[in-house]
Amino acid sequence: MGRIPAGYLFRRLGIFVLTIWLAATVIWIIPRLAPGDPISAMVGRMAASAGFIENADAIIEGWQERFGLNEPLFNQYLRYLWGCLRFDFGYSLASFPTQVSTLIGFALPWTIGLLLLAVTITFIFGNFVGAIMVWSHTPRIIKALIPFGLVFTSIPTILAALLLLYVFAFLLNAFPMRGAYALGVEPGLSWDFIWTVIYHGTLPALAIILVSFGYWALGMRGMMITVEGEDYIQLAKAKGLKPFHILYRYMVRNAILPQITAFALALGTLVSGQILVEYIFGYPGMGKLIYDAIITQDFAVIQGTSYIVILLTAIAVLIVDLAYPFIDPRISLKGGR
Amino acid sequence: MLDNSPQRTAALEVKGLKIYYETPAGDVRAVDDVSFTLYEGETLGFVGESGCGKSTASMGILQLITPPGRIVAGEVRLDGQNLLELSEEELRRQRWEKLSLIPQGAMNSLNPTMRISAQFRDVIQTHEGKQPKAKLKQRILDLFQTVGLPARIYSMYPHELSGGMKQRVCIAMGIALNPKVIIADEATSALDVVVQRVVAQTMLKVKKALGVSMIMIGHDMGLMAQMVDRIAVMYAGHIAEIATVEQMFRRPGHPYSQVLIDSVPSLTERQALRVVEGITHDPRNPPKGCIFQLRCPHAMDVCRREPPERREIEPGQEVACHLWQRQPDGRYADVRQSA
Repeated sequence: MGRIPAGYLFRRLGIFVLTIWLAATVIWIIPRLAPGDPISAMVGRMAASAGFIENADAIIEGWQERFGLNEPLFNQYLRYLWGCLRFDFGYSLASFPTQVSTLIGFALPWTIGLLLLAVTITFIFGNFVGAIMVWSHTPRIIKALIPFGLVFTSIPTILAALLLLYVFAFLLNAFPMRGAYALGVEPGLSWDFIWTVIYHGTLPALAIILVSFGYWALGMRGMMITVEGEDYIQLAKAKGLKPFHILYRYMVRNAILPQITAFALALGTLVSGQILVEYIFGYPGMGKLIYDAIITQDFAVIQGTSYIVILLTAIAVLIVDLAYPFIDPRISLKGGR
Repeated sequence: MLDNSPQRTAALEVKGLKIYYETPAGDVRAVDDVSFTLYEGETLGFVGESGCGKSTASMGILQLITPPGRIVAGEVRLDGQNLLELSEEELRRQRWEKLSLIPQGAMNSLNPTMRISAQFRDVIQTHEGKQPKAKLKQRILDLFQTVGLPARIYSMYPHELSGGMKQRVCIAMGIALNPKVIIADEATSALDVVVQRVVAQTMLKVKKALGVSMIMIGHDMGLMAQMVDRIAVMYAGHIAEIATVEQMFRRPGHPYSQVLIDSVPSLTERQALRVVEGITHDPRNPPKGCIFQLRCPHAMDVCRREPPERREIEPGQEVACHLWQRQPDGRYADVRQSA
């Protein structure tokens, strides 16, 4: 444990690059499998709505040249890959002439802010609940109450979101209905702005936490029960260690390892996974962007967001892979694969 | 041979210990009315077949019985205190300082995510409070030396150690706080014969050096004979016989002890494997009378009627068997010979 061998690091980074390249290629190929070309289709649609467009052919040709669609496919592909490297995904079709990267630049911080926080809280809270469900020193009343909290696990996120909106935003008027911050507040690093962001983010975060902490809790509970039966727990008790020390140093420490792997995978689906929550709460994040892009058939945005989602997933998995030997001393990266 | 005069002080006294496991079909009486005394400085061996309750009895002494098991009755006196009456916190403070365990499965008895040194540090500092780092490290290294472990394992993790090393780590941990009593629960069973011998010798050496009292649990009568002062033979939750090693091998009093001794293979003669006839009774529903009657080759009418009391057939040798009857001169004799 302790150090990451250079050989492993290079191999692992190679796999990372390969993953991104393959994913980017697939994203590029799929739209091109569809018949026709987007510019003729767009001009065709415009012609259909306007009745007649002068020099339609010239427009199509001009645009094709502009987007490089008259070049050989391979050149287009190389140009696309070069664009991916610079996060340049061209123009949004639905909100032309805004660049796709600009749209993502606005949406991504909101999603990372809200979801990273919500998913992390869910992870910590869920594992905490799972751990105290098993611990023999947990007060009975708490053990009796936990199953009621798990009821939310069986409710779809969308219904939980609507329920929260109805109760807290509509009935009690305690939280805003939609948006990420109050309109009158100037975005920036001011207390007013931070406060309004927290105020607006509470309900969407709550919807995610309530619905998904149960999965962590139940997974953790299972692992805790397995660990509790291990010989080293019995020896720890015989050693007369303090119950809380046994809980966190002997039980949780060992039970949480598989949960961390699962957390990395959850982080990967984080950006795309909560589209409905963002949509219901009108939260201007990646989920909303993806949703709008699908509705308006904005292929450039779909392509760009998909690429970003894949990139973030790969980064999360890479970090956990490299961090694992520090978390579990039994894992060694030397010579392994 | 150790003399067994009553002047010897008791380190641990167990009286009428009963431990039952709850099952849907009724309680399994894993330990049923077990009483014995462990004297200071001696090693008492518990032998018996798998499931006879020897490990459960040791867990009962350590107060580590978990549901569905429960301690139904009994007293475990250590230093004049009944461990069964202590509060959880009082018990926790007594643990390891007075009564430590060398566990059955040393392979899995160390926390895989903690360095060996940390697993010593936490038990020492929990019981003795914070200590200077250098002093603590020296103390742990001294413990390693006592059991013949190299200093380099200090900051290793358990998975980097061999089975024999882990077992010795457990022995070193068991003596870390200089306890009054150590319970070694099949400490050598999981090891191969060569390592078994080395570990057993280590244990004896440590025991002699510290003068600690020890309960050693095992099922190998031959190994026991070399390591302990007295042997308690257990059968189905009862102590069938308790005697010094010498007495036990010279003249085993209980038919079951005889069977166990006969099962030790001899190096000089080749014998067919001795098989005990009959089957063990259903532990949820023990037969009336003697617990061994279904398998005993000498079972008599009285054995089916009343359970045999434990009787001292000669100083230091106690047998729970109807074969031994008090004679007019006050001594006990085997009815098979007198008839």
